Amino acid sequence: MNTNDKKAFQIIGHIVMIILTLLAMLPLILILMASLTDDTALIQDGYRFVPRVFSTAAYEYIFSSSDTVLRAYGISIVLTICGTMISVVITTMLAYALAKKNLPGKGLLNFLVFFTMLFNGGLVPTYMNYTNVFGLKNTFWALMIPNLLMNAFNVMMVKSYFASSVPDEIVEAAFIDGATEFQTFYRICLPLAKPIIATIALFVGIAYWNDWNNGYIYLTKRTDLFSIQNLLNRMIKNIQALQQNANVVNTDSAIASMPAVSIRMAIAVVGILPVIIIYPFIQKNFVKGITLGGVKG
Amino acid sequence: MKKKNKTLRMMIRNIPIYVMALPGLIYLFINNYMPLPGLVLAFKNYNARKGIWGSPWAGLSNFTYLFATSDAYVITRNTILYNLAFIVINTVLSIAVAIILSELKNKIKNFYQSVILLPHLISAVIISYIVFAFLSTESGFINNTMRRLFNAEPIAWYAEKKYWPFILVFVSAWKSVGYQCIIYLATLLGFDRSYYEAADLDGATVWQQIRLITLPLLRPTIIMLTMMAVGRIFYSDFGLFYQVPQNSGALFPVTNTIDTYVYRGLLEAGNISMSAAAGFYQSIVGFILVLGANLLVRKFDRDSALF
Repeated sequence: MNTNDKKAFQIIGHIVMIILTLLAMLPLILILMASLTDDTALIQDGYRFVPRVFSTAAYEYIFSSSDTVLRAYGISIVLTICGTMISVVITTMLAYALAKKNLPGKGLLNFLVFFTMLFNGGLVPTYMNYTNVFGLKNTFWALMIPNLLMNAFNVMMVKSYFASSVPDEIVEAAFIDGATEFQTFYRICLPLAKPIIATIALFVGIAYWNDWNNGYIYLTKRTDLFSIQNLLNRMIKNIQALQQNANVVNTDSAIASMPAVSIRMAIAVVGILPVIIIYPFIQKNFVKGITLGGVKG
Repeated sequence: MKKKNKTLRMMIRNIPIYVMALPGLIYLFINNYMPLPGLVLAFKNYNARKGIWGSPWAGLSNFTYLFATSDAYVITRNTILYNLAFIVINTVLSIAVAIILSELKNKIKNFYQSVILLPHLISAVIISYIVFAFLSTESGFINNTMRRLFNAEPIAWYAEKKYWPFILVFVSAWKSVGYQCIIYLATLLGFDRSYYEAADLDGATVWQQIRLITLPLLRPTIIMLTMMAVGRIFYSDFGLFYQVPQNSGALFPVTNTIDTYVYRGLLEAGNISMSAAAGFYQSIVGFILVLGANLLVRKFDRDSALF
């Protein structure tokens, strides 16, 4: 018996994990602390874990003086909710069709979905398509539609869930009772597939919340449609952007009182906040989803 | 004739199903299939006024031009070498963390796991803010701390390319290890405990158990995930390479990858033909690598292959 050896492993294991946990957490704490530091102190001392002069001016500014930040926040919220809902609807419906036994043309449909996982045209052709053919540039749809609305990988995950976890007998019984195809899907298959739907909704929702790419490429003029990520992206390059876009009532005094350095960090904190708040609730589903998709991801 | 009729009847009966599939299929058509003809841009001299089809043909000149510069070499090298470094380092760390988490007895391990997964949920833009808070020349945490403790000269992190390979590898690990270890952990927890009980009775140390039981059992998963990653070696984590170095020109030799090159060509330099050529190169080579990796995975374990 090696009880000593086991004890040593437990102790070393905990030490290693505590270090890694700190490494994961401390950078987030640093920006939180910076956002709570007085601007002049921040310029003098730089970013520190313990603020020398504590101040909530950055947050006050965000929530009172500037509607730029609040609007971007609102756009991120609307985008995430609408995008996720549409995505879940079209993904599950397509997956339901592909999971159907004896559907004529199923092989072809499967291939068409699957091929998109192997090959794509890349940025330039996609950009040309959305700009020249669909005129998506500088519209809200540019945030929602390109690349994020549905992906073949999620379709495949839901499809295999339908195929393995929804028993044929139940579906047939529903038909015998006179249910239509859509009723069967909506009343019977969807409720049974709740776990996988929660998982893909989570993945899609986080992808929407975190996306900065679409806005960066397609919103060249309509900066009023910027999501919170786009705003942050623009702000790290110049703090002026906030001043230019700010539709503040009393422009001059608002800019003069703007805590320029800490405000960036405050917006970053506000940008992570929703994720951190829902994280404890979604964490289990998220882990399950990674495990499910992991081997093929 | 009879069979054909039967198929037709089945199709008619399944019309509601086709209707349900339609929105998703239309989206894939728009998002994934309609851009494909645009790949010909790589062989054209793009002129915005004339459009894709009206622009004059350029033959292979976009490619000869691309490969005549050192750009093609640099972006290919960076993409592949960084991906290799990420694959090796993140895999080793993920396995180590997964093994530790699987052996720890205390319930607090769930907390550890949750926290180290968190960085994976943070957007590339915000990660670039975090990195900036550490590396900013005037006010960054690192420069300030070094100055206070050792009176050290500040380092211009965003202008010195020698540090960036390490910074990028570190950030990648920070972001991905918590995520990747979940897959290994799920595999580990599925192992038959009786091997370990028997090893315990024989007096094997923990290290011996890891080396002689855990790692061999984990081998198929490691090989498979690695092969999958190798199949994607021509695609880089765009947010990491574009956002984290903050588009600093001095760093391009060590931060420019195929994805960032295509992006800059399209959006900043306005060199669309060159960008299209590099994108075409990535699509084709990437496709071949994905196919190749899948054939290998298929040989190795049919159920785990994509097709």
